[in-house]
Amino acid sequence: MLNWLSQISAITLANLKTLPERRGAAVAAAVGIAGVVTVLVGVLSIAEGFQRVLAVSGSPDVAIVLRSGSDAEMNSGLTHDDTRLIADAPGLARNAANLPLASAELFVVINLPKRSTGTDANVPLRGVSPAAFDVRGNLMMLEGRRFEPGKNEVIVGAGAARQFSGLDVGKTVRVGQTEWVVVGVFAAGGGVAESEIWTDAAVLQPAYHRGDTYQAVYAKLISAEAFHTFTDALTTNPQLSIKAVRQSDFYADQSTQLVGFVKGIGITIAALMAVGALFGALNTMYSSVAARTREIATLRALGFGSSPVVVSVLLESLALALAGGVLGAAGAWLAFDGHTTSTMNWQTFSQVAFAFRVSPALLVQAILWAAMIGVLGGLFPAIRAARIPIAAALRET
Amino acid sequence: MTTDQSPLIRIADVDKTYRRGAEEIRVLAGLSLTVQCGEFLALMGPSGSGKSTLLNLLGGLDRPTRGTVEIGGERIDALSDRRLAGWRARHVGLVFQFYNLLPVMTAERNVELPLLLTHLSKADRRKHVATALAIVGLAHRTSHYPRQLSGGEQQRVGIARAIVTDPTLLLCDEPTGDLDRKSGDEILSLLQTLNREQGKTIIMVTHDPHASSRASRTVHLDKGQLSAAAPA
Ligand SMILES: Nc1ncnc2c1ncn2[C@@H]1O[C@H](COP(=O)(O)OP(=O)(O)OP(=O)(O)O)[C@@H](O)[C@H]1O
Ligand SMILES: [Mg+2]
Repeated sequence: MLNWLSQISAITLANLKTLPERRGAAVAAAVGIAGVVTVLVGVLSIAEGFQRVLAVSGSPDVAIVLRSGSDAEMNSGLTHDDTRLIADAPGLARNAANLPLASAELFVVINLPKRSTGTDANVPLRGVSPAAFDVRGNLMMLEGRRFEPGKNEVIVGAGAARQFSGLDVGKTVRVGQTEWVVVGVFAAGGGVAESEIWTDAAVLQPAYHRGDTYQAVYAKLISAEAFHTFTDALTTNPQLSIKAVRQSDFYADQSTQLVGFVKGIGITIAALMAVGALFGALNTMYSSVAARTREIATLRALGFGSSPVVVSVLLESLALALAGGVLGAAGAWLAFDGHTTSTMNWQTFSQVAFAFRVSPALLVQAILWAAMIGVLGGLFPAIRAARIPIAAALRET
Repeated sequence: MTTDQSPLIRIADVDKTYRRGAEEIRVLAGLSLTVQCGEFLALMGPSGSGKSTLLNLLGGLDRPTRGTVEIGGERIDALSDRRLAGWRARHVGLVFQFYNLLPVMTAERNVELPLLLTHLSKADRRKHVATALAIVGLAHRTSHYPRQLSGGEQQRVGIARAIVTDPTLLLCDEPTGDLDRKSGDEILSLLQTLNREQGKTIIMVTHDPHASSRASRTVHLDKGQLSAAAPA
């Protein structure tokens, strides 16, 4: 065993020492693998970042109440009476003044120019009730102040403020016939709300001729467990035709579709590139074995076994692939991690701002891809190396 | 020469045929050879007559198409590839025309290679390497790389590598074929010394009558057969 290992290390070292002579092909193979890893990490970090935003958006002790049959706020509708009945349901948390923490909200989509391209994109403009801030719990003003009830004032999520132009505090945004004054910028723990613009629901209703209707009620529960009491009471009330979902589930569902789609694209592109990189690695390793045919035959003639030859070729291939993998992963991390952008959320047809997220798990996954390419790329050349006919190879000078 | 023991090498009725497409080339045809322990045998013959082929059979690098190859009482033509590799490591030293040193390793590391197949400790390996390099007169060039050595010096490293495990049999395929007369002579003297003072059995392929004159016996290979007398 010991001398098997020393055979491997002797052959592998000898192989690796000849790398500089073959650096052209070796660098090309490593760069090919680095490319695969960069694309893989880059695209999957989009999925992770998006997933992250939606994951931190939802809290299990907040319920979103929609009209029964609708699965998004967009196609939901609740009357004023509905919202009052919902606010009276058991299980709701209350504030110091003993008022229920339930916010009846409505939701319109407006068009604003993006900073990056100057073209228009959709932004949700949400009308909220006074309880909205306590329901969310994680809202924090970064700049300015909250809007005053009854006034045409808006506050802007930090993500929206970053992605869209004209949303600075003090500016006026004109949408249709109405002018809105931006009075503040808020954070919401990195969640989806940061991509929205908020105003008073009572002001938004007449501006969009919505009468006294809403689309959803956001309700803070006493605890996550109170959700069942709350929904049971509502769904058994014959006056109501509604459904309630946990805010955490609501956003998790929203993300699965887009995340699945982005991951699918990322893995497909990376797999196609991996095939190319695999051929690069194969080519490099075949030529590496060809260049050392006589050396390998000499070692075999001296009594070296064929398995150390196989292992050493695999190790060399693996070393090249890992070098490429680490390079690609580091490059992707430097290039993409924290890069902010926004994308369409198909549930709201508006933009969600998020940051690319290169997680350690993603880096590990990428390095594993590189290792796999390395092993596959080295396997056939290694087998060829082991099968070199000694006597015939020694004749070739 | 002492002949009171059984011969070291006994080859009987060996055929070796190569296939090249549809064509069959019979390089060795019913060849037999016996070599005693301690002999220094020169193997001569025209180019393409099969000298290297015969040497490869003796070194366990290739197998006969027919016939038996017995060395030190062992039928090496019957060994599996794996056991044959182990047998080579223990019993033969190979010396090549073009030295076949690994260019990325120093002389010392090249000579150490066969010892990696043994159970010797690092310290013991170093001792054996130093001894082998001293025998070939290169004690002062241990950490040089092959490209920093002359042809004659590289061949000395090759010989040191061949003797470092102290094998009974040295097989040399045109060891002076790539060297000038002076360096060639030095190599021949070295082989002669190894034969006389260390009792190594040596089989040396050569084209050079001057080289064969250093051997204790010369055989000629032609048309697949061996003959003791010089060809007419
Ligand atoms: N692996 C092989 N496949 C096909 N033919 C071979 C193979 N090895 C050797 N031969 C042929 O066998 C014959 C003998 O070759 P060999 O190398 O043994 O001759 P040699 O006497 O050593 O010649 P030289 O003096 O040129 O070294 C040659 O005709 C050669 O072409
Ligand atoms: Mg030859």
